[in-house]
Amino acid sequence: MPTEILMPALSPTMTEGKLARWMVAEGDDVSSGDVLAEIETDKATMEVEAVDEGKIGKILIAADTDEVAVNTPIAVLLEDGEDASALDNFSASTAAPAETMAEPEPAAATPVAAVTTTEQPHDAYDASGEIPAGTETVKIAVREALRDAMAEEMRLDERVFVMGEEVAEYQGAYKVTQGLLDEFGARRVIDTPITEHGFAGVGVGTAFHGLRPIVEFMTFNFAMQAIDQIVNSAAKTRYMSGGQMESPIVFRGPNGAASRVAAQHSQCYASWYSHVPGLIVIAPHSAADAKGLLKAAIRNPNPVIFLENELLYGHSFEVPVMDDFVLPIGKAKIARPGDDVTFVSFGMGMEYSLAAAEALAGEGISAEVIDLRTIRPMDMDTVLASVRKTNRCVTVEEGWPQSGVGAEIAAQIMEHAFDYLDAPVMRVTGKNVPMPYAANLEKLALPSAEEVVQVAKSVCYRD
Amino acid sequence: MARQTTKTSSAGSKKPATKSRKSTPKFSNDEIKKFYRDMLLIRRFEEKAGQIYGMGLIGGFCHLYIGQEAVVVGMQSTITENDAVITSYRDHGHMLACGMDPKGVMAELTGREGGYSKGKGGSMHMFSKEANFYGGHGIVGACVPLGTGLAFSQKYQGTKDATLCYMGDGTANQGQVYESFNMAELWGLPVVYVIENNEYAMGTSVKRSSAQTELYRRGESFNVPGEQVDGMDVFAVAEAGRKAIKWVRDGKGPYILEMKTYRYRGHSMSDPAKYRSKEEVNKKRAEHDPIELCRQRLLKDKIYSEDELKEIDREVKAIVADAVEFAQNSPEPAPEELYTDVVA
Repeated sequence: MPTEILMPALSPTMTEGKLARWMVAEGDDVSSGDVLAEIETDKATMEVEAVDEGKIGKILIAADTDEVAVNTPIAVLLEDGEDASALDNFSASTAAPAETMAEPEPAAATPVAAVTTTEQPHDAYDASGEIPAGTETVKIAVREALRDAMAEEMRLDERVFVMGEEVAEYQGAYKVTQGLLDEFGARRVIDTPITEHGFAGVGVGTAFHGLRPIVEFMTFNFAMQAIDQIVNSAAKTRYMSGGQMESPIVFRGPNGAASRVAAQHSQCYASWYSHVPGLIVIAPHSAADAKGLLKAAIRNPNPVIFLENELLYGHSFEVPVMDDFVLPIGKAKIARPGDDVTFVSFGMGMEYSLAAAEALAGEGISAEVIDLRTIRPMDMDTVLASVRKTNRCVTVEEGWPQSGVGAEIAAQIMEHAFDYLDAPVMRVTGKNVPMPYAANLEKLALPSAEEVVQVAKSVCYRD
Repeated sequence: MARQTTKTSSAGSKKPATKSRKSTPKFSNDEIKKFYRDMLLIRRFEEKAGQIYGMGLIGGFCHLYIGQEAVVVGMQSTITENDAVITSYRDHGHMLACGMDPKGVMAELTGREGGYSKGKGGSMHMFSKEANFYGGHGIVGACVPLGTGLAFSQKYQGTKDATLCYMGDGTANQGQVYESFNMAELWGLPVVYVIENNEYAMGTSVKRSSAQTELYRRGESFNVPGEQVDGMDVFAVAEAGRKAIKWVRDGKGPYILEMKTYRYRGHSMSDPAKYRSKEEVNKKRAEHDPIELCRQRLLKDKIYSEDELKEIDREVKAIVADAVEFAQNSPEPAPEELYTDVVA
């Protein structure tokens, strides 16, 4: 049976083109790979090759024809043994471009997010049950809590290993992996060359293959070299594989400003990674949260960005003495209850927020401080429940303001609790500059408790 | 006089820099038959993919493997089902050579529910856990650390398995490739890096992009041995592949194979390929076509008659036609699929 040769689409965007020149004539024999015609597209002149063998029975569109729509029959090909008489009974679908593919059914319209007034508010998460009453606690530094979390998970699961720069023999650039080499040996605690892009990718490959890697970045500033592997390989593969593949991997290390290390070593990446579907982003403040969430992160089947803070490594907090203390990912915690204004923060920002809340208490303003703990998925239920109560919100973070975590929170509050607001949501952030080195400028570039106090007063109309 | 088909690069003192000569490897008739059939399947599949791309059934980018079939077919013949395979975005041939179902591959190209990634990955992003095929990666270079990680895991778990990590000559200029070579050698990982040198990284020739054009020597700084192979000759590929796989399985660390190959089509469907002459392409097709070379061997050794070859061609065409039919009739993914498989 004769077959139609259709005007091909030669680029993802081509809808029509010019049939510039025929390289074959009616009656010519062609075989697969022969150039049939030249077509001018919006980008270039391209050759159309034959896919099947046969004889050109009829040319339907003459050379030098403009605006030939994609899928229009341009010629008819006769099979082996057929002659032109086969064309007699052949009615080419010449009238219109051949319908080769049903138009996709229009997808059901994505439901538009319900507007605030009709939305059923969800309850805030209650973190009070995370540590059973009467549990003994011990005061340890964040650094040790993180180490303990890794060691416990490595004891439980042979697939868990740690890799990174100076994690083994040096005992960790910030001593977070101290003692792990002694206990688990060089097979599971692996010093890498200084090659972030490479070892991040190696880590993701091991996760594809069934291991549970913990990749330490000496700081998240250096993970910029590896961000392609984190975003394109780790975060997107579950989706791109239709759920077949997963990358259960933890990328951890200090994030944000330390002290006097200037622009290239002092950036908060919380909002960067929180932008990416497929990633979990955790940024704990206390030692207990650091431990319980890192254990959860290691067990989680998704790639997790675990943002620590160098200055907090040495801070000590009460940590429950429990065999297996694991916290839920994606749940915020009310770190200090209050009624007049809600502070939403995470990581180092909690230091400023808690200090500000304490200072405000002395002036008769009761601030509720929410520690997000997980940045993605963000526990907006807890934030919104608090804002419905206090009617005011101030976000606090060390990162930059534009497209920051605070910006996202402000947008969501506007979408879901607009009617509850008595004042605009305000952001306290790192200033819109690369981190300066000079001590006085560095201080000015970072948020401070004083700044939080000032902004809180302004939203309470108390300044 | 045997034609020289390979060049080797010494790496440290581990492997002498002798020029190996083509011996006549012992391939059984069944192996040769399989080479031919597997290469032909890729050729016909890709031709069809090109055709239905032209009909608007395949969207976006579509990078065809036509001309390079001997590389993946020869290499895959050297491994077992437990070994891992990973490549970049010119990946259709690799999936077919891994034994993945042509229907599922074609349906992914058409973005349908029956595709390997339920239509959510497309041409460049397909995977099969079952076939130990780890993608299908759209970012040039990314598959090399990932493949190195697969080999890391194989060693960590105490297996004797190995990884074939394919990349193109364009990939060979990415920094992460060398980070990977370094770590793989440092840690003795069982990975064969297969550089498919088809002479053009998109439109830039190797000469214009590479200070060292002998890509098999790119591991020298890391003591990774390398070898250049006639990638249009499936027998040469398979022979070199066997040696390389043995090397990495024996715990000697990674190995680089540079396959001198050629793609007949443009970089992607929308590439008019003005950077090379028609004569160059025609000469390669006429004189070095991997399938034709294998076909001649089959006839010369009287393994198949002309009629039998025609029958195989018919069978392969039927498989491809079925794949296209499946890929056209499989429904588009349900709208609900938009939000699935993001996180678990």
